[in-house]
Amino acid sequence: MITIKTLTKRYGDAVVVDDFAMEVATGESIALWGPNGAGKTTVIRCLLGLVSYDGEITVAGLDARKRGKAVRSLIGYVPQELSFYDEMVVQDLLDYSAGLRGIGTDRVDEVVDQIGLGDHQKKLVRELSGGLKQRLGLATALLADPPILLLDEPTSNLDASARDAAIRLLENLRHEGRTLVVTSHHIEEVGMLVDRVIAMDSGRTVTECAPYDLAEELGIRAWLHLITDADAATRAAAVLNSAGFNARQNSKGVLVEVSAQQKGKAVAALHSAGIEIEDLEVWR
Amino acid sequence: MTTMAVEVLERADMGTVFKIARKELKGTIGSRWFWMWVVAFVGLAAVLVMIALPSSSINGHAGFGRTAASLVTLVQIIIPLMGLALGALSIAGQRESGAMRFLMSHPISRTEAFWGIYLGHVAALGIAAGAGFGIAGVLTATRGVSGGTGPFVWIALVSWVLAVAMLGIGMLISTYAARSGAALGIAVFVWLFFVFIGDLGLMGTSAATSMPVSVLFGIALLNPVEAFRLTALTALSGSLDALGPAGIFAVDTLGDSLGIALFIVLVLWLAVPALVAWRRFVGKADL
Repeated sequence: MITIKTLTKRYGDAVVVDDFAMEVATGESIALWGPNGAGKTTVIRCLLGLVSYDGEITVAGLDARKRGKAVRSLIGYVPQELSFYDEMVVQDLLDYSAGLRGIGTDRVDEVVDQIGLGDHQKKLVRELSGGLKQRLGLATALLADPPILLLDEPTSNLDASARDAAIRLLENLRHEGRTLVVTSHHIEEVGMLVDRVIAMDSGRTVTECAPYDLAEELGIRAWLHLITDADAATRAAAVLNSAGFNARQNSKGVLVEVSAQQKGKAVAALHSAGIEIEDLEVWR
Repeated sequence: MTTMAVEVLERADMGTVFKIARKELKGTIGSRWFWMWVVAFVGLAAVLVMIALPSSSINGHAGFGRTAASLVTLVQIIIPLMGLALGALSIAGQRESGAMRFLMSHPISRTEAFWGIYLGHVAALGIAAGAGFGIAGVLTATRGVSGGTGPFVWIALVSWVLAVAMLGIGMLISTYAARSGAALGIAVFVWLFFVFIGDLGLMGTSAATSMPVSVLFGIALLNPVEAFRLTALTALSGSLDALGPAGIFAVDTLGDSLGIALFIVLVLWLAVPALVAWRRFVGKADL
């Protein structure tokens, strides 16, 4: 569905995407993962024809450079935040976006129901919470029922509850058979959203793997702070160290180094040993 | 393969252009600053009309012509700044906020986006000019003044043309500026150049150089604000004194062709900056 070959993007002397390649099959969901400045958003912008680039991008066999309109008609794009139409009424924004896609108001109502914006149609965009703005962005992207969705950091700026709702919504879209390209720097959420991850850094592909292998592939570690009383902490440190973890006791409990995507293993080891913990924190 | 041009020119769909124009118009007339401009223009126009009407004549004008004459100076200061500012903020502002990227993520071409934004602002400027001249016209009529409505309407239209020409220049600035603040700064400088520095600069140049007066006055006539002023004042057929030295020189040199020459100058200022801005926007590497 999407083929990118030798994509390079420069801003002056700075190379922000460097000889990048990507192939996404129809119905596949992939994540572009990496730290801020890795080049993820730039790849999305190249796909949409928003910026010039060197290299080749085709979407459903169409050259993104020569057939920009046709390519964009296949794509629903969800920006990081819809903060720029603050003074517009939600319904007006949806009608405007639908109009530009040649879609009638029936479809707008359908999408509003699907996304759960029914109670917010008459509000100004600026009156929406971060989660609702995200939903509005998704609603505009879904208006044309596009086969491809590009989601730029879909859960950034969301609180835990809104993030959970957004992830559930995206999971549903994924199961509808759409092709999804998601950018993210949250390692935990890519596992829930996609089939495959392309890790990027400094504009280049670092690795490409299944989402749950990402932390191991890149050696991404996290520290779990398991809070418990002093006796339990002593025993917990011993149990964890003997199970192969790097653990040490501190004044509040025990600190244990874990793979960023396998934090539960340390907790499970303590549970098996009959050690209860009161609370836990993730340190990076 | 290396390519810099982002988009190959695709045929514009006028339906899409008008949808964007409608949204831009709605956004512009919904903004507070636009109404601040309109209120300032309308308020000053009303004051000028009230001051002008009791006097017997202004440079020989009567009726609506008198009102129109009193508005020319106001228009040549306020309208260019309004058009330039609106244009300067249009593209740079939307790029800065991310709105342009959202707009261009739709299946539309850059050509459609550009002309949609342009036409929306053209309509907004029409409303502003219409409000100013409309209120001034109503005030004039309610005071029992009649006659001279033709030149009054003509000057209102030419004011709009001046505003749209300035909009094109503002949008051209906007396609080059990275930030809306920078675009606005350049627009203010251009406004000062056209309205004040242009004339003062020419006077200074005239005094300091041996450039022929005909060349200096010729350059003055290329200033769109000066072209507007002369178009407006010649339409009123009043005293030649009001035309100033460049105007008198133009009347002497061009005679009956002056109207056509001024019309060509205004049309060029209307079309060329907008077309260059469009080409620049379509070929722009990054939005």
